[in-house]
Amino acid sequence: MSLLNLQLKVWRQNQGQPGHFQDIKASQIPDHASFLEMMDIVNERLIKDGGDPVAFDHDCREGICGMCSMTINGIAHGPEKATTTCQLHMRKFRDGDTIWVEPFRARAFPVVKDLMVDRGAFDRIQQAGGFVTVRTGAAPDANSILIGKEVADAAMDAAACIGCGACVASCKNASAMLFVSAKAGQLNSLPQGQPEKDRRTLGMVRQMDKEGFGNCTNQYECEAACPKEISVRWITKLNRDYALASAKEAFVGVQERAEGGD
Amino acid sequence: MSLDSKIPSGPMALKWSKHKQDSKLINPKNKRKYTVIVVGSGLAGSSAAATLSELGYQVKCFCFQDSPRRAHSIAAQGGINAAKNYQNDGDSVHRLFYDTVKGGDFRARESNVHRLAEESVNIIDQCAAQGVPFAREYGGGLANRSFGGAQVSRTFYARGQTGQQLLLGAYSALNKEVARGGVEMHTRSEMLEVVVVDGHAKGIVTRDLTTGKIEAHAGDTVLLCTGGYGNVFYLSTNAMGCNVTATWRAHRKGAYFANPCYTQIHPTCIPVSGDYQSKLTLMSESLRNDGRIWVPKNNKDIGKAASQIPEADRDYFLERKYPSFGNLAPRDISSRAAKEACDAGLGVGPGGRGVYLDFAEAIGQFGQKTIAERYGNLFEMYEKITGESGYKQPMRIYPAVHYTMGGLWVDYNLMSSLPGLHVLGEANFSDHGANRLGASALMQGLADGYFVIPTTVAPYLVTQTPGSVTTEHPEFQKALEDARGRTNRLLNVKGKRSVDSFHRELGLLVWDKCGMARDKAGLSEALRRIPELREEFWSNVNVTGSGSTANPELEKAGRVADFMEFAELLCYDAMDRKESCGGHFRTEHQYPDGEAKRDDENYCYAAAWEYTGDLSKPKLNKEQLTFEEVHLSVRSYK
Repeated sequence: MSLLNLQLKVWRQNQGQPGHFQDIKASQIPDHASFLEMMDIVNERLIKDGGDPVAFDHDCREGICGMCSMTINGIAHGPEKATTTCQLHMRKFRDGDTIWVEPFRARAFPVVKDLMVDRGAFDRIQQAGGFVTVRTGAAPDANSILIGKEVADAAMDAAACIGCGACVASCKNASAMLFVSAKAGQLNSLPQGQPEKDRRTLGMVRQMDKEGFGNCTNQYECEAACPKEISVRWITKLNRDYALASAKEAFVGVQERAEGGD
Repeated sequence: MSLDSKIPSGPMALKWSKHKQDSKLINPKNKRKYTVIVVGSGLAGSSAAATLSELGYQVKCFCFQDSPRRAHSIAAQGGINAAKNYQNDGDSVHRLFYDTVKGGDFRARESNVHRLAEESVNIIDQCAAQGVPFAREYGGGLANRSFGGAQVSRTFYARGQTGQQLLLGAYSALNKEVARGGVEMHTRSEMLEVVVVDGHAKGIVTRDLTTGKIEAHAGDTVLLCTGGYGNVFYLSTNAMGCNVTATWRAHRKGAYFANPCYTQIHPTCIPVSGDYQSKLTLMSESLRNDGRIWVPKNNKDIGKAASQIPEADRDYFLERKYPSFGNLAPRDISSRAAKEACDAGLGVGPGGRGVYLDFAEAIGQFGQKTIAERYGNLFEMYEKITGESGYKQPMRIYPAVHYTMGGLWVDYNLMSSLPGLHVLGEANFSDHGANRLGASALMQGLADGYFVIPTTVAPYLVTQTPGSVTTEHPEFQKALEDARGRTNRLLNVKGKRSVDSFHRELGLLVWDKCGMARDKAGLSEALRRIPELREEFWSNVNVTGSGSTANPELEKAGRVADFMEFAELLCYDAMDRKESCGGHFRTEHQYPDGEAKRDDENYCYAAAWEYTGDLSKPKLNKEQLTFEEVHLSVRSYK
């Protein structure tokens, strides 16, 4: 194990106030430590020196909860492909490196404090249709719905999305299309999702627009940054589903979800 | 207070159906007058909140994460059991029930376990209908695998991310109800107190983790679905935020804490690499289906690369000791065997705390592609963390704290000893006894939330006048003052040591004295040192920042303060239980071959501890366990 001496430039911000970069020295960092463990060490020293520790979101630290969200050297989740910030290890950096650490930036993700952002918009998009309406207890036997292995596997590829928002943070337009297309695409490609397909597609896309996410201009930065390697083919599918649903809506009408009880 | 477990009468297989028939119903018009508070949004919390809202109750759901989808259920990898018998290999509700009671080392409540096995089949139907992308066969039917010591293939899975997919299913059901207006969701809200009015749980106090605002919420019943207490050990496979605060606060208000000493150690985790380590990472034990576990036979081979050690000099110790189960022996047995090998100086990797998990034979037999299809994400995870490839050299694994079987005591209706307070999922104690079998946690969380509580909450609610207590009640004002006072106390210590440094010290102490093996001398020492450490915490902790903004240090401090109190109860329980069973191994109580020695004559009870106001004098209440269906026997996996 070797030790690294690093220069950090960390974004500091309080809610509703302008932010700035702070220079923080990170010396003697074990290269087996994860990026977040490096931040722990830095915070521990800041506390000892009477400073203000850096606030950041994190929870499972095994790359599945989607809570950690740092833009490292300009890349959402840092330089390692298919890796969340918590799974990024310091052996990927070199002694003497300067590392820029910023929050996931987007208008739709306001900063809460330092590196923490509010991603509530993702929940609201899901609430606008990201589900199958089935009451508990009303399900048929699981094997009465046969789904080909290829279809199930593809749905699983989309369902692997951890909702971290790296796709938004990496997009110059702060578009949420990769996230929305993965969530809608999972259900839209399964038989269980067919009855509500049009309503789901229109609802989720419209909520996405309402939240202030930008438009997709096919740069595919999102796919490159996605820690779960969600493919941009899902965006193609969403565009198709959306075109179809919009046309149906224009010609025959699509019933929107009734609000406030049904 | 006496412990009435309210187990329905009648034959085991009919108890639950009879109970459902006998349970009181609430008229749909009246349901909407009741408010149900759900704390936690994991499998148990999300499924309960969604289902109760579908039934017409007004639900308020709280989680400390920024989204309900991030609850730690999301990290479960391997799968979920269900007695579907889709494989035609002889599985049945009775067999799943039997395996779970036996796997729990005869320390679970039979009637609860039977109900769990009955509901298991409904869970799979429910999740499939939600669009959970379970693994499938080419014909389109659901695929199964054998898992964690089971001799039938009853485990349903979604690659290595079953917990994630089941949680996203429950989260989608929750979203559907949020959109409909039935659930009011509060994210980044941490529960600090349970509010008790005239002996009944009638609300909670929370802190908004963004603004620091401390608020009261009233309801007609409170459901705690707040997971386990594994982070008392600091290093565990739990998420960093997992904590005991909700259940501990409830315990201090009258809910008995049962069997805290039953903690599960998971055999297939990535070993510790240094003292900066913040958590341990679990790899699904499904890896044990194809991986073979071994250590060098001889000390002279320690430090050599695995490939340099010939076949004849390897000890496949699980296959040797447990020929019929081999590498699939239950978690507690596999974990202890690994510890023994390392204690004998045969451990591999840094610090000698590791054993090999070798896929060379499986790769030879099935090809790397097939192995990658089965476990690809786990191999990737391993490589990210260790910088080594499990395809090219054996993985190194070591046991780590993973799950806690103990929890708040509940009766058959999932109500704690504090009336009106219900406890679901890992937070309660009821279904796994002293040891949980693989792929059973997801099953319990969802059974409790989707199918049990919707029936069992009604008998309590019918005894209550809906909305009879509001936050104007003096008890709410008092609870608010308590929570604010405690928060200010933490901020005002202004000592010299960080919160984390206390948590690490506590964790090391508890792992050392009350971890994989326990004895009287070690527990006595822990019981002496925990109160000292707690005292130092309250006089020397440095909690930076203020209470009126987002402040992760303050959040951690509150949780560690509660772990400091809880740890003592954990050790008292381990001290009281002078037997070895499941996850609780007392070195004084073992057979000559090192197997756990249970004492059914004296310890066939659930220990339900009562808070007396003095942390060093908890009162023990016993629920005697009776076994009608599964006869008490020595759990042998040889």
